[in-house]
Amino acid sequence: MNKPSIGLRRLIQTGVFIGALTASVAGAAADTIKVGILHSLSGTMAISETTLKDAMLMLIDEQNKKGGLLGKRLEPVIVDPASNWPLFAEKARELISKDKVSAVFGCWTSVSRKSVLPVFEELNGMLFYPVQYEGEESSRNVFYTGAAPNQQAIPAVEYLMSEDGGGATRFALLGTDYVYPRTTNKILRAFLNAKGVADGDIMEEYTPFGHSDWQTIVSSVKAFASEGKKTAVVSTINGDANVPFYKELANQGVKAEDLPVVAFSVGEEELAGIDTAPLVGHLAAWNYFMSVETPENAEFIKKWHAFTKDENRVTNDPMEAHYIGFKMWVQAVEQAGTTDVDAVRQAMYGQTVTSLTGTKAVMNVNHHLSKPVFIGEVQDDGQFETVWQTEGPVIGDAWSDFIPESKKLTANWTYPWVCGNCEKPKF
Amino acid sequence: MCQHHNLKLCRLFTTISLIILLAMLSGFISFTAIASPAERDVALALLIEKSSKKRAAGVDALAASGDPAAASILAAMVDGDLFFQKSDNRVVIAKKQADGYAVIDPILNEALGVLPSGDIKKIRVNNRLRRQIRGALGGLNLSHSNAETRLAAAYGLQKSPDPALRPALKSAFAKEADTDVRTAMGMALAVIDSRPEAAPKDRLVAIELLTDSDSTEARVILTLLAGDTEKDASVRAAATIALDTVEDRLFYFQTLGSIFQGLSLGSVLLLAAIGLAITFGVMGVINMAHGEMIMIGAYVTFMIQEVFRSFAPEYFGLSLALAVPAGFVASGALGVVMERSVIRWLYGRPLETLLATWGISLILQQAVRTVFGPTNQEVGNPEWMSGAVELAGGVLLTYNRIWIIVFALAVLAAVWALIRFTSMGLEMRAVTQNRRMANSMGIHSGRVDALTFGLGSGVAGMAGVALSQVDNVSPNLGQAYIIDSFMVVVFGGVGNLWGTLMGAFSLGIVNKFLEPVSGAVLGKIIVLVAIILFIQKRPRGLFALKGRAVEN
Repeated sequence: MNKPSIGLRRLIQTGVFIGALTASVAGAAADTIKVGILHSLSGTMAISETTLKDAMLMLIDEQNKKGGLLGKRLEPVIVDPASNWPLFAEKARELISKDKVSAVFGCWTSVSRKSVLPVFEELNGMLFYPVQYEGEESSRNVFYTGAAPNQQAIPAVEYLMSEDGGGATRFALLGTDYVYPRTTNKILRAFLNAKGVADGDIMEEYTPFGHSDWQTIVSSVKAFASEGKKTAVVSTINGDANVPFYKELANQGVKAEDLPVVAFSVGEEELAGIDTAPLVGHLAAWNYFMSVETPENAEFIKKWHAFTKDENRVTNDPMEAHYIGFKMWVQAVEQAGTTDVDAVRQAMYGQTVTSLTGTKAVMNVNHHLSKPVFIGEVQDDGQFETVWQTEGPVIGDAWSDFIPESKKLTANWTYPWVCGNCEKPKF
Repeated sequence: MCQHHNLKLCRLFTTISLIILLAMLSGFISFTAIASPAERDVALALLIEKSSKKRAAGVDALAASGDPAAASILAAMVDGDLFFQKSDNRVVIAKKQADGYAVIDPILNEALGVLPSGDIKKIRVNNRLRRQIRGALGGLNLSHSNAETRLAAAYGLQKSPDPALRPALKSAFAKEADTDVRTAMGMALAVIDSRPEAAPKDRLVAIELLTDSDSTEARVILTLLAGDTEKDASVRAAATIALDTVEDRLFYFQTLGSIFQGLSLGSVLLLAAIGLAITFGVMGVINMAHGEMIMIGAYVTFMIQEVFRSFAPEYFGLSLALAVPAGFVASGALGVVMERSVIRWLYGRPLETLLATWGISLILQQAVRTVFGPTNQEVGNPEWMSGAVELAGGVLLTYNRIWIIVFALAVLAAVWALIRFTSMGLEMRAVTQNRRMANSMGIHSGRVDALTFGLGSGVAGMAGVALSQVDNVSPNLGQAYIIDSFMVVVFGGVGNLWGTLMGAFSLGIVNKFLEPVSGAVLGKIIVLVAIILFIQKRPRGLFALKGRAVEN
């Protein structure tokens, strides 16, 4: 039992040593530490990602006021990949090889993450990815601070099936047509089958990005729900399509108590464009809600309002993910005494940060976080109210246990595994 | 069984457990229980519990206590207005206002003043509790003086039927004078009678009642009665026949519903395309910034609504009436500026026009993003555009879509009249048909070009006002419509308003009949491929312009 830990320590020590060497060389050239921000500021995804850029600027600013990091100022390097997936890869390359940033915080859609992945692996960069996603991935160069399916989708469906959630036995899975909804629904279908829900009681429907005419789908879901079984809708509808979807639900008089909709991509930010009074009772599952009452969260919201100079700006789950990711990175750099990627990566494992929900978030060796799961109901003021939460933090699972070929795989980047998708340890 | 020294506590405990027991066996709770403050207080104590099971028991106990305040407490609870004071656990009704919460004691019915939000805590409700409360309120409000409350009560009972309320429901049903309420009560009665525990005779009566109903709930129950879970063969047979009748009728209504949905999608396409039918169809300008003109109309609506929200919230319903001309003027003016500054230099050079207008569209998008931020802006539906009218059988025609159909046709008619009957329309037609000839007849063709382009852009602005009611108001709004607009204009026939109308509606209806079969994604692809094939056969679209004008 002791052997691996000695190996690990030695690895860290060497890492730290090499790191310190490179840092001193680099330090001679500049006395700032550069942090890359890779979020779309124009194009379709600007709607979600611009907020994250602002959140990162706030966190960096705050750290600088505390005296920076390792005695140096943090310098944000902002690039705009313009919601263009190949451009993400180009900008990532620019950040790592030209700007020489120590870490990158960025991406939103899974396709943008998949597009930068080879760049980060080739150049040995470090990416913090803050959005809930479909799992089935664990890269040595990415830390996933958003929720994996077992930290969002599975608990949400379990809640819907519980007595409090309405005891649903029939499910309509609605999603936008791309990798995240399709993979999530594949996992959910397997999970539901395992729970005894027949395929006939599962309806799966996909729509194009930005779909705005929801009449047919809402009507067909209503018909599906009127066949005598308690039905619930699980929505992985992304981005812009949500507003017309919820408007149609409201106008067609779909009440949450009869046909609840639980969404995985709808947060406070997305609700900002809708009158939520007719939607009270519909649900969302996240690891954070702006309404969570903790001293940490109250302080964060206060700072956010002060930073943006706007009392109406909302906070959301991916912002909290960046908060955790950034704090962890700062701690890891301090611990390693360098910003060298390999040294910091070793220092990341087991790093803890008190999250905004007041729990201890831990970075696990599979590069995913342990976080609590919350289910919230939409309120008439556009906020969520927690109706259910897990007892404690849930460990993010990179490879779903409900997909047979994934179940065998393990992600563990420490000795003796050192692998993101292995059936056996490498060493 | 209670020991001497803590007799009081023990009795309270016994009462609580008894109430819970009673609540669980709600079938035994008599509807006309005598009011008892003790029962009520025990129920209220359960309501502030953390566990939702206990709160559920509290709701049942409160409804059963027969207390006069029970209905108002439960109504406040379902609306999220029920709180308790942290200091003494007193249950209160609180309404949010600017400086805190206005608090009322529902039992004594007296105001307790304004309290800060820290002093009171909300009594949480979830979907399960909401259903339960609506059922309980149904029982309490069956003989309420207000017909609307009685209707809500009957709907509540349909959703969570309670056999214990059957006698009360039956007598209320017999007395009821209002037809709508009576129908709803009959439905609720049928729902209770169709339960497997009811006598087969009652279930047969219920089936008869359900056959005449067009509601989706009726179909749910009939499906259950016709299924394997039903033990009585005669009931099963009757239910199967009834189900067939209901489903035939529903199919008819659903087809009507699909046609409406198609018309509605068509009207959205039509609105988006009319402007383009002028700029592209009449003038031949490939205007890639057309979508952004729509977006600007939507943002004008947002700004006008903001003004109404802060200065005259009582006239909010009028905001759209003001937004329509404002949207027209804003986008129209921008169109004139665009034409005079950029487009007029590029006539006859379609590729350059395409690139230049595309550039303008990006500039406009980013400008709006910089000014208003990248997030969605909230544009409200006025009262008269919210909700829906039920055709029957759960087929709903939503008011916002009905109004958009009307608006689209009105805009089309206005544009047609303008082109057909006014002198400006005459000049427009003259310039498009033969520019040199029109020039030599004394028409200032440059001015006409600017005005025509302005008209097309202005109409797009008006479309934006309408589309803000169904779609996101974000900088990306326009992009979603640009391809659809070109599709409609090319399919309908370039330079032909009648073709645009037919193109939009036929695309809408075909899309809506395809969607349930093929799914939304494949449906869109099929329509696009079909149009490409159609254009191969008829390059000038559905209704091609004939004559000399077309040749050049």
